[in-house]
Amino acid sequence: MEHPARPVNVTVNGTSHATEVEPRLLLVHFLRENLGLTGTHVGCDTSQCGACTVHLNGAAVKSCTVLAVQADGAEITTIEGLADGATLHPVQAAFQEEHGLQCGFCTPGMVMTAAYLLETRPDADDEAIKHALEGNLCRCTGYVNIVKAIRTAAQQPR
Amino acid sequence: MHPASFGYEAPASLEEVFGLLRQHGEDAKLLAGGHSLLPAMKLRLTQPEVLIDLGRIPGLSGIRQDGDTLIIGALTTHTEVSASETVRNLLPGLADTASVIGDLQVRNRGTMGGSVAHADPGADLPVTLTALNASFMLTSAEGGRTVAADDFFVDFFTTALEPHEILTAIHIPLPAAPTRTSYAKLPHPASGYVVVSAAAALTLDGSGACTGARVVLGGVGGTPHRATGTETALNGQALTPEVIAAAAERAADGIDPHADSYADEEYKRHMAAVYARRAIEAAAARA
Ligand SMILES: Cc1cc2nc3c(=O)[nH]c(=O)nc-3n(C[C@H](O)[C@H](O)[C@H](O)COP(=O)(O)OP(=O)(O)OC[C@H]3O[C@@H](n4cnc5c(N)ncnc54)[C@H](O)[C@@H]3O)c2cc1C
Ligand code: FES
Ligand code: FES
Repeated sequence: MEHPARPVNVTVNGTSHATEVEPRLLLVHFLRENLGLTGTHVGCDTSQCGACTVHLNGAAVKSCTVLAVQADGAEITTIEGLADGATLHPVQAAFQEEHGLQCGFCTPGMVMTAAYLLETRPDADDEAIKHALEGNLCRCTGYVNIVKAIRTAAQQPR
Repeated sequence: MHPASFGYEAPASLEEVFGLLRQHGEDAKLLAGGHSLLPAMKLRLTQPEVLIDLGRIPGLSGIRQDGDTLIIGALTTHTEVSASETVRNLLPGLADTASVIGDLQVRNRGTMGGSVAHADPGADLPVTLTALNASFMLTSAEGGRTVAADDFFVDFFTTALEPHEILTAIHIPLPAAPTRTSYAKLPHPASGYVVVSAAAALTLDGSGACTGARVVLGGVGGTPHRATGTETALNGQALTPEVIAAAAERAADGIDPHADSYADEEYKRHMAAVYARRAIEAAAARA
């Protein structure tokens, strides 16, 4: 059965978009396919890997488990919107500095989760960093350098 | 993976929800945080015709104290519960429970009402809310009713909620005497859901004797399980290590846990006693 398209008005990385989508369209596919923002990745079918993490009204969420229509009216930040022009976000710079990635597939999600953590808990220690990363899986690094990178970013004067 | 096609409604009031439920009947499902429903729809385990999104109805989320009751709106997220100063002060065991659900992103979307209504046998909040003697406000076009946690959870994924009802709020009584609350969880290493967990709410009198104990197990059946043998063994006693150990040994009395590929029955029975002891110790140690 055909179901009517529904309006989605969102601001993504500071740019507003007004469109209509099928209700079943997931936010991650809206970002990747409708807006061409392919930095947000899809790594699983079960809401577990965190590669799709974006900020929805300031909160880190798994965009594979949010309908695009649920985001109507929201402000969204993706990995593409994190840097300030040519200046990397402190978390991005720290991932580069501390070798917080290997293949890079998980990295956009890791960075978005870490940026949210430091936004909400600037004093996060290693235990808090590890607890915050429970929803982000990495098949390459063994996590050690990821935690190190986030610790480094947390220690940056801001 | 994409869910099957469905229609989407975003009503602005409960009255509109009642109308939509009347119109669509059992073809419709309510959508809260979507963190149980959408994963199931992506895997085509469920294929509702219509989703009714509760997320745009004002007044369904938030935490407030009203006299001797703590009222939590059904749409309040796990993150809001775990971060709430009010909850941390009054019921730290509830804040701890919310903080170990799934992961950070899941906690930012998932709601207390959704967890309670979904009644996953591996869920955390039903266990603690039963220990806290919470009751659930169910609202329909005909009016409302209140169901105590002890009566609400019926079986695996089955509750007292009728299809035309909406869970609007969770009410938790705040006893006058100091009550200490805690939660101890053995999470599944892959999914993060409960293998076995225990929640404790212990009321103590001025001398430190336990005048009321509720100890509830998760993961050992289709619903949260009151460890009544443990509760009886604590009542009237000072909470010495010996009393706690003896009470916890009785946690597995009368349980018939479901085995899965990770934990067999014997292991779950053993963990029931271990986690009951940890929860009681943690509650007793609260200032
Ligand atoms: C990766 C992952 C890990 C998780 N790990 C855990 C865990 O460790 N422990 C745990 O407890 N949970 C876990 N969850 C589940 C999570 O807590 C869910 O958020 C919660 O179970 C459902 O809440 P929701 O708001 O997302 O509900 P939804 O998914 O929106 O709804 C769930 C069901 O409840 C119904 N419903 C929702 N709200 C109401 C209402 N107000 N009135 C009547 N019916 C309603 C819906 O119709 C639906 O049938 C996990 C989820 C994911 C994706
Ligand atoms: S793609 Fe969203 S959690 Fe894996
Ligand atoms: S760097 Fe390859 S998955 Fe994390």
